[in-house]
Amino acid sequence: MDTKTLTVKRDILSANRKAADDNRALLDKHNVRMINIMSSPGSGKTTLITRTINSLKDRCKIAVIEGDIASSIDADRISKLGVTALQINTGGGCHLDALMTAKAMEKLDLEQLDLVFIENVGNLVCTADFDLGAHKNAVILSVPEGDDKPYKYPVIFMDADIVLVNKIDVIEYFDFNMDTFPEVIRGLNPEASVVPVSGKSGEGMDSWFLWLEEILTR
Amino acid sequence: MHEQSIVSYLLSAALEDAQKDNAERIISIKLVVGELTGVEKDAVDFYFGFMSKGTIAEGASIEYEFTKPQLRCRECDIIFPRKDLFFNCPQCSKKAVEMVGGRELYIESMEII
Repeated sequence: MDTKTLTVKRDILSANRKAADDNRALLDKHNVRMINIMSSPGSGKTTLITRTINSLKDRCKIAVIEGDIASSIDADRISKLGVTALQINTGGGCHLDALMTAKAMEKLDLEQLDLVFIENVGNLVCTADFDLGAHKNAVILSVPEGDDKPYKYPVIFMDADIVLVNKIDVIEYFDFNMDTFPEVIRGLNPEASVVPVSGKSGEGMDSWFLWLEEILTR
Repeated sequence: MHEQSIVSYLLSAALEDAQKDNAERIISIKLVVGELTGVEKDAVDFYFGFMSKGTIAEGASIEYEFTKPQLRCRECDIIFPRKDLFFNCPQCSKKAVEMVGGRELYIESMEII
C-alpha cells in the first residue's frame, strides 16, 4: 500500500488553548478575574496568597485553585481563612492545564466570586507553556533564588504581567541586585510590572493590592 | 518533565488528523520543537512508545526538528543568536530584547497509509 504525506502544521497545544479560551469566556460572563500565580517551589506563593486574602477578603470575594503534585497542605492553609480552596492533585504532573482548571472551576459558584487565584505547581519551566484561561499571569521570584533566573527561564518572565520579588525582607543577606533586576525584566517584557514584596512582613504588598484592584475594576 | 502531557496532546492531535484522512496507520510524524519549550526528545519517544499502543500510531517514528530562539534588540532592531546566558545586543550592548521563535511545538507533517 502506498504511503502518503499529510502536511498538517498543527500546534499540538491548540486543544489546551481552546479550553483556556472557554475558561476565560465563562469567567467573563460572571465578571470574575482569574490570576495564574507561578513560581519555583518554596518562593512563598501560599504565604503571599494568604496575606492577600486576609487584606482583601472584606472588599472582594476570593477563591483559590491549588495545584500540587500530591497532598492538600496548601489548600488546607487557605481554607482556614474562610475562603473556598479547591485542590487539584496532578498525580506527578509538573503543571496544571486548562482542562484541569475547567474541572475545578465547575465546583466554584462563579456568580458569588470576584477573584480566583490559581496557585500553580511550583515550577519555572513547564507551567509557562500552558494557558489556563487566567486573565493575568503573576510570577513570583524570591530573593534567595537569585537574580539570574530570567536568563535561565526566560519564557515564564516573557509571559508575566507582574513579577513579584518576594522575601525582600532578607535581601541584605543575598547578592540579589534589586537596582538592576527591573531593567532585566523590562528588557525581556516591557509591559511587566516589577514589585518587591515580603509576604511575611507585608512590605510592598500595597503595590500588589493596588495592581489587583486595577485588574478588578477594569 | 512535562512530556507525558505533551505526548497526550500530540497523540490526540495526530490521531484526529490521520482519522480525518481515513488513515489505517501512522508511519511517522515530523515534529517541530522550539528549544524554549524544554521538550526532550528521549522523554517524548519514551512516552509515545507506550501511550500509542493499541492506536493506529503504534510503532510510528517521530522525526524532530529543533528550532533555536533568536533575539531581537528593541533599540537597534537587529536579530542575533543568543551566545551565552545573557541577552546583551552585540551592537548597543543593552539587554532590551524580544525573543523571536523557539517556542514552536507543532506537527509539521505525517506519513500515513
